[in-house]
Amino acid sequence: MMDKVALIAELKEIIKPYVQDQEAFGKLTEETHFITDLKINSANLVDIVLDTEDKYNIEIDNDSMDKMSDVKSAIGVIEEKIAAKG
Amino acid sequence: MVVNIYDSMTSHEIVALLPYQAPFLFVDEIISVDENSISGSYHYPKNSSFYQGHFKGNPITPGVILTETMAQIGLVALGIFIMGQGSEKLSDFQIALSSTEIDFYKPVYPDETVRVKSQKEYFRFHKLKCAVEMYNAKDELVCRGKIAGMLRSKTD
Repeated sequence: MMDKVALIAELKEIIKPYVQDQEAFGKLTEETHFITDLKINSANLVDIVLDTEDKYNIEIDNDSMDKMSDVKSAIGVIEEKIAAKG
Repeated sequence: MVVNIYDSMTSHEIVALLPYQAPFLFVDEIISVDENSISGSYHYPKNSSFYQGHFKGNPITPGVILTETMAQIGLVALGIFIMGQGSEKLSDFQIALSSTEIDFYKPVYPDETVRVKSQKEYFRFHKLKCAVEMYNAKDELVCRGKIAGMLRSKTD
């Protein structure tokens, strides 16, 4: 399994084009919320999820998408889907 | 899967479900529609109010109105059709425009009729994104681009 630091670095690359608050992005932690901290709108949150699917060759369902509100929960979903792939 | 419009929703039913009315309805007819694409037309009446100001003494259809026409036919009408394929009858839904990226090639003058063609790129997690084109009566490309919006049936 990929380590968390590397996964967060990759996730940062995925979300970078959609971030509106660059200062919050510079200080990103696991607690960073996509909408309230990074000011990403719900439409671009969909793009982040689709880009994540392409990057890791996983499929994210509606329930998992609803959970992906901050860095920590997104990492959790990605790890879970990668593990499920076997 | 291709669904013939007459097997499910008719052009009239789709237009009736659009959440717009004059002076901001820019759809006359849905010509064809399936799960992945739609085409429809609109005629810009000579007496539309925006021609009084755009431009002074030189009426040309504003780009924002062309964009709105593309969004109403290419995104909202297609979204209504797709959502209407579900088991429950579509009655109430929420929509919001999320992005537009359009290039313009030809002016559209008062009294012209345009045809909009739209191809779905994806409809996931309530976001519908489409590649949309508009043509004039001579079949010349008027404008083209990508439009996306959030569409959610209230029963979801």
